[in-house]
Amino acid sequence: MIPSLRRIWGLVYRHVALYRRSWPRLLELAYWPVLNMCIWGFTANFLTGRLGNAAMLAGAAVMGGVLLWEVTVRGQMGMAISFLEEIWSRNLGHVFVSPLRPWELIAALIVMSILRMLAGVVPAVLLAWWLFAFNLFSLGPVLVLFFMNMIAMGWWVALGVVSLILRHGSGAEPLAWGVLFGLAPFSAVFYPVSVLPAVVQPIALALPAAHVFEGMRGILLDGVVSYGHLAAATGLNILWLGAASALFAHQFQQARIRGALLSIGE
Amino acid sequence: MDAIAVTNLTKRYDKVLAVDAISFSAPHGATIGLLGGNGAGKTTTIAMLLGLLVPTQGDIRILGHDMAKNRFAALARMNFSSPYIALPSRLTVEENLRVYGHLYNVERMDRRIAELADELDLGALLDRPAGQLSAGQKTRVALAKSLINNPDVLLLDEPTASLDPDTGDLVRTWLERYRVRSGCTILLASHNMAEVERMCSHVLMMKQGRIVDRGSPDELLTRYGRDDMEEVFLDIARDRKSTVPA
Repeated sequence: MIPSLRRIWGLVYRHVALYRRSWPRLLELAYWPVLNMCIWGFTANFLTGRLGNAAMLAGAAVMGGVLLWEVTVRGQMGMAISFLEEIWSRNLGHVFVSPLRPWELIAALIVMSILRMLAGVVPAVLLAWWLFAFNLFSLGPVLVLFFMNMIAMGWWVALGVVSLILRHGSGAEPLAWGVLFGLAPFSAVFYPVSVLPAVVQPIALALPAAHVFEGMRGILLDGVVSYGHLAAATGLNILWLGAASALFAHQFQQARIRGALLSIGE
Repeated sequence: MDAIAVTNLTKRYDKVLAVDAISFSAPHGATIGLLGGNGAGKTTTIAMLLGLLVPTQGDIRILGHDMAKNRFAALARMNFSSPYIALPSRLTVEENLRVYGHLYNVERMDRRIAELADELDLGALLDRPAGQLSAGQKTRVALAKSLINNPDVLLLDEPTASLDPDTGDLVRTWLERYRVRSGCTILLASHNMAEVERMCSHVLMMKQGRIVDRGSPDELLTRYGRDDMEEVFLDIARDRKSTVPA
């Protein structure tokens, strides 16, 4: 195996071994996505019963929004929490004195983010199908592009969080859980960008998620695939990923200068 | 060419000078002791040698590699053990060794783990989570981790801290045997003066970020007119006058 891939696998194996032996961790991965799906699914069912077809379409848009938003949330948390696991186990010193390159660390965190996202979102997608007859795959092949854009947004947000943890230590840990909730109102998960006040709309349009959700609603409500929104989401993700990577590289080097890698988490 | 060559190494944090222009070298196959009280700069020096900390000034070359430009080439042939850095506690000993076997790209990993388990008496511990081990067992596991890649340079920060005298002696014997067999260079930071006397061919005495004296244990004992290294350490730490007339 190529040495780089082997080092990435080494770190992934470390997390897989951890989850294999910890059912509370495994349960936690699916707990919130499934809970969210149930709450919104039953709400949509109730409204459909009272208000008819229009509510049914809105319900489908809401459930699609819940599931795709979970892709970002679980992807972001999967990456940031996998990094925090190294801090909590006081293992970071050993990892950083090994030949593991910083980009290999990021690659391993991305793999973990995908695995954790799948463990969380797949049960919720299946539950939506079984309980609420909502088939996310009815969005068609474009769903793959939606998924990729949503998880990519999770990665750059997580890279920002990891950078802040490198800068501010354990004081920045809560961001690993809460940061995306702050972006949710601007991400147009359940409503179109046009609903937002004009002054806030540029913020929403700078977020890839807003474009993905606009695209998703276009398919579910109007049957139209908006490639413009898809292209905007992809372009924005590339820009944000580049910026977050530069921030991470800078903070990692600063942590090496300040000696923070020795004391992080204390 | 020396295995470790340090020139004018300095680390400053704002107004605090943690390491002050130290220079030293370690030939291949030697065991060098790094001694000093708390805050003397030993950990900072080791962190710079490992690439965890960027020096303010100075050069570090390990196994011929400039650590400022090419640290990963050196890190692949080095390793490190400290009781103050843990291994993931929920992973078993074997899983931990596998993780580091992958990170260091160890070939024939099963065989290497079996060798280490045999030599460090870890066979019965391989299936146990690292967090459930005693302090002494954890130290042995950390040592196994530090030897997983057959390092050419080994940095040890108090490797026998928290070990009982019997286990401590076994570990020292094993480290000496490994050094003789492999030609590994060892840099040992320790507060155990008997250990330093036994293992080190050369000692660097640090105080307030500087190397204030150096030499073989015998040379230092003669220079300070003492019978053991503990007294030499106290002479330096407390600025006591040497008992030997100038």
